[in-house]
Amino acid sequence: MTAVLTEAEVAPAAAAQQRRRRRVSGTLAVLPLLAFTAVAFGIPAVAMLNGAFTVKDPTTGATSYGTANLTVSLHGAYLTALAGSVKLSAVCAALGTVLGLPLAQAVVTSRFRALREAVLTASGVLANFGGVPLAFAFVATLGNSGVVTRHLGLTDKGWSLYSFWGLVIVYLYFLIPLMVLTITPALEGLRTQWREAAQNNGATTLQYWRHVALPVLGPSLLGGLVLLFGSAFSAYATAAAMVGSAVPLVTLQIADALSGNVLVGQENVALALSLDMVLVAGLVMAVYLPLQRRSARWLA
Amino acid sequence: MARLNLWRWGVLALAGLYFLVPLAASVVFTVDVPGQGVTFDAYRQIVSTPGFGPGLLLSLELAAATIAVVLLLMVPATVALRLDASRLRPVVEVVCSLPLVVPPIAFVAGIATVLKWGPDYLSRTPLFQTFVAIQNQDFPVVLVLAYVVMALPFVYRSLDAGLRAIDVRTLVEAARSCGASPAQALVRAVLPNLRGALLNASFLTLALVLGEFTVAQLLGFTPFAVWIYSVGGSQAQLSVAVSVLSLLVTWALLLSLAVLGGRSRTAAKG
Repeated sequence: MTAVLTEAEVAPAAAAQQRRRRRVSGTLAVLPLLAFTAVAFGIPAVAMLNGAFTVKDPTTGATSYGTANLTVSLHGAYLTALAGSVKLSAVCAALGTVLGLPLAQAVVTSRFRALREAVLTASGVLANFGGVPLAFAFVATLGNSGVVTRHLGLTDKGWSLYSFWGLVIVYLYFLIPLMVLTITPALEGLRTQWREAAQNNGATTLQYWRHVALPVLGPSLLGGLVLLFGSAFSAYATAAAMVGSAVPLVTLQIADALSGNVLVGQENVALALSLDMVLVAGLVMAVYLPLQRRSARWLA
Repeated sequence: MARLNLWRWGVLALAGLYFLVPLAASVVFTVDVPGQGVTFDAYRQIVSTPGFGPGLLLSLELAAATIAVVLLLMVPATVALRLDASRLRPVVEVVCSLPLVVPPIAFVAGIATVLKWGPDYLSRTPLFQTFVAIQNQDFPVVLVLAYVVMALPFVYRSLDAGLRAIDVRTLVEAARSCGASPAQALVRAVLPNLRGALLNASFLTLALVLGEFTVAQLLGFTPFAVWIYSVGGSQAQLSVAVSVLSLLVTWALLLSLAVLGGRSRTAAKG
């Protein structure tokens, strides 16, 4: 690669060499990134895989490879937690989509530019707002001694924030803005002419939405739904700060098993549960990325 | 049309209610304590509560280190992808979206396993000292490593969008023709044009690190978010007050990003 060129050699060779040198320096610029991820991401990932498939015999202490951990992670309390997470994420994603779409539509079709900009900026902020502060804000609002709970006497009516539906209400606080952000470009891509054409042909608003708008929005909507699912599925901090372990969730189970709260020696089951999560999240991405590409093509 | 407007305002009003009530209620909760009337004690106590200063400082240090590392890794790589290493583009794209497939809790499970190798297998090797060093309570390097990985998707998207908007090749070639070295071309010609994207990436990373809880808590460190959680059990008013403040700070940061980003976009057009 560092062949020395003499003056006599012709220009094409020099140009080729320059190109090659540039390509080498380009690769050199990418290498640190790849090396870093190989260490900081690759090693934990391999450790997780290795641990998930390593079975320790409790009596002899001997280890071997097998799928026993994965089997355990798909039974009993672990399966309940996994199912709980999937159910919570599915409900949150569906509600977030159904509620986010009209909000985005109301904002996109608004004549006030300032309102649009404000809502979109606020969505960007709120979509990034999860975790412990969100949980505490809702505890102060709808918790047992929360402001709204006390003023409306909700506890007597059987309300509890520390439940499945409580979590849904809290999760929607960052999922609806995420949906608004995801779906707004698609809504902006709906041409006014399409609606006018449908109206000229005698279509009602309902027919326009059913036969024109929703099919065009389809991929984006589905992509958003899947993104919301993934986001709710991997959320941990909000649930940990709010419900403890009142609602069975796979993230809470992993945390418990990792910190040895339940049983000692459950670390490998935690890794198997993590692997289950990665598989679900991988499935989500496998659905999301092609959909995103497709909707991008439609709206180009 | 009137019906349409009514519908629109109804939707907006409901959304406003849902998004504003928890914030207002949180403020009321901290200020209006039952039995004491209106008091600002919760906010006054924040600074004097043990752990506040160190937690916040640790979070800010971690954020600064993460931003520095992630930009040092990503800027040369993304610029090189634009210039002449485009064959590697699919590889980098996959590497930068992998963290999206691995939820933070699964990632930290892997990290915890690796960290346990230290005492289990490596205690007699020089590597063991490295394992101890990266888990230093004063400045846990292992968190920086984790946060850089978690920030990769956002930073890649933001830098890629920024680079898409400018003609990197022409910029670099012009700079080189004027006698600049490759490093000079990058620093003096490309980076100033990327200001918006760099700011964007930095702010997103900052927001990520300041709010991050999962990895830090499960590895046993107490930056800001974990500290809020730990005071939550004993002092409800105080923890909500800190939550409100941390929200306001994060929002101020992200809003300033939105404003700055918007301005740089108009500047690029004009």
